[in-house]
Amino acid sequence: MSKHNIDKNKEYKYGFTTDIESIKAPRGLSENTIKFISEIKKEPRWMLEWRLKAYNRLKVSKEPDWQKPKFPKIDYQNLYYYSAPKSSKDKPKSLDEVDPKLIETYNKLGIPLNEQKKLSGVAVDAVFDSVSVATTYKDELTKKGIIFCPISEAIQKHPDLVKKYLGSVIPISDHYFATLNSAVFTDGSFVYIPPNTKCPMELSTYFRINASETGQFERTLIIADKGSYVSYLEGCTAPMRDENQLHAANVELIALDDAEIKYSTVQNWYPGDENGKGGIYNFVTKRGACRGKNSKISWTQVETGSAITWKYPSCILQGDNSVGEFYSIAITNNHQKADTGTKMIHLGKNTKSKIISKGISAGNADNTYRGLVDIGRKALNSRNYTQCDSLLMGNRCGAHTIPYIKNKNSSSTIEHEATTSKINEEQLFYCNQRGLNQEEAVSLIVNGFCKEVLQQLPMEFAVEAQKLVGISLEGSVG
Amino acid sequence: MLEIKNLKASINNKQILKGLNILIKPGELHAIMGPNGSGKSTLANVLSGKEGYEVSGELKYQGKDLIKIPIDERAQKGIFLAFQYPTEIPGVNTNNFLKTSLNKIRKARGEKELDTLSFIKMIKEKSNELGMDEKMLSRQLNVGFSGGEKKKNEILQMKILNPNLAILDETDSGLDIDALKTVANGVNSTRNKDKSFLVITHYQRLLNYIKPDYVHVLTDGRIIKSGSMELAEQLEKSGYKGIN
Repeated sequence: MSKHNIDKNKEYKYGFTTDIESIKAPRGLSENTIKFISEIKKEPRWMLEWRLKAYNRLKVSKEPDWQKPKFPKIDYQNLYYYSAPKSSKDKPKSLDEVDPKLIETYNKLGIPLNEQKKLSGVAVDAVFDSVSVATTYKDELTKKGIIFCPISEAIQKHPDLVKKYLGSVIPISDHYFATLNSAVFTDGSFVYIPPNTKCPMELSTYFRINASETGQFERTLIIADKGSYVSYLEGCTAPMRDENQLHAANVELIALDDAEIKYSTVQNWYPGDENGKGGIYNFVTKRGACRGKNSKISWTQVETGSAITWKYPSCILQGDNSVGEFYSIAITNNHQKADTGTKMIHLGKNTKSKIISKGISAGNADNTYRGLVDIGRKALNSRNYTQCDSLLMGNRCGAHTIPYIKNKNSSSTIEHEATTSKINEEQLFYCNQRGLNQEEAVSLIVNGFCKEVLQQLPMEFAVEAQKLVGISLEGSVG
Repeated sequence: MLEIKNLKASINNKQILKGLNILIKPGELHAIMGPNGSGKSTLANVLSGKEGYEVSGELKYQGKDLIKIPIDERAQKGIFLAFQYPTEIPGVNTNNFLKTSLNKIRKARGEKELDTLSFIKMIKEKSNELGMDEKMLSRQLNVGFSGGEKKKNEILQMKILNPNLAILDETDSGLDIDALKTVANGVNSTRNKDKSFLVITHYQRLLNYIKPDYVHVLTDGRIIKSGSMELAEQLEKSGYKGIN
């Protein structure tokens, strides 16, 4: 990266690269690559077979192309599917053994991993390219029977849970990117909350892409057993590179009877430069199953990064009286594009879903809300409420709302509200006249616009997210 | 405090202010009266620095040229505009907005930022002085406020931000007599030998409660007559057409 580019992109403060020796899988996608990944992770036979099954499926499936943001064809044979810091080949047993360069990287990102400095009340799993490098507060969680570890470790230590739930929400045949992930996924977090347990702290995974020409294929699996509760947050950043990098994650959530999962994302992958060069393709499949009665899954996402964001965190409301929620802020600036929303599939009786989406476009960006509300024949007395608000800044950006609504029984109700507005000159004038400069004014107005979503975030992250909202839009007005 | 000489302003190639002269000294309160479309609000906008106007002439504030200074810096230097139509900003808490604004201005003045506790104390005191319910301030900024509440909120902000020059743009319009008195009290309680006011109004009514030192009549972008309170009384009787 030239100095010139760094100056231009000074808003993206996470754009640095960590110079660290890495081990990579051979370039390209093949059975050998998959065997390499499985072997280096010391996986049992069944896991390799699962991956190969996905790979065979991938060979006959096609990339979807119905999305609004188009992109040049990805050369899957030119990517690396595994990259890990060399120093972590023999997995460090404690934080003292973690490469200091990695600790320093996470410090720079504001995620201290040291025992002394770790974030209070938040347990962190740090995933660097294809491996988890550290997990904090592990002992404390273990005492309560909570499992919070890298998924690669769970495959070895908790095979029964993994076998039972992996792919049970997102089947390996789901769609191209989900299948790709199933074949080559590298690391991610695994969470299991035992029955009637309230997880005493926020669980958080911090994803970092560092290596170039490498895709990140993380896999996260969260299981909340009967009567349990967990709040989980993921954060993401990547260096600034001129090439586009693929991030195709799968996240599966399972809530059993009376359980609740709150899943929050603050996505700040590198968005590309102001001319639209570089940036992450964020093609992610996130799906939660409210499998038990009275269960609840709530997605909150703040999407400010990535060149293209293409994801629909969804809820399958199987259990009677289960609740699904989706709170989203998607901010696109410069040449960023987003096609995001949710799917709420109502199957059980008396199921409820709520969708609050706030899309903000500036510069030449394009922002689409796409959402499905599907109330099944047997999902009697179900309800959905959807609210989609779009805010436009300037006259070169776009906002689109594409709701798909299906109601297959007459006892259920669906409400949909949508608004589109432009950031208002009078509001800016008012704030300026009270001593706020242009950027502070924009940040204030946009944060106000997003308030209903921001207040869903855990306290520890809400302040950061508010700042991020302001930073993402810097230079977009005036 | 404020020296306006031959001030001209146009927007979209249409000239609104056509050569205006006013001199406001510290401690003075000037009233500007004029019919609809005479350029009153344009004057308020140009003084506060709103973009979109082409401005020429001389505009000096505390002895310094103001024309090239952006809105937020003017505000930080102590120029306050009480808006004719205070805009709604959904999702933004009124208290938080006020605190952000106050601390920006305090910082610019080289004063220490106020912490939340001292701020709340201050808000309580000032809103009581105006007979306002401070609960209003935990609502979203101007959202769902009645016309009177909006105007009172402007005066409260004026009291809190403590400007050197306050411009009131038709703050009296649309107010009932009680609200009008509240607004007038707000102004009177902050008047002193260092502070100046420019009160823009349609009616003499407000001036019964806020005694101006000078009254100017603005018609078609020019001050056609200046005088004392008697001028306002004369206007009330004979209308703008009676002034020549």
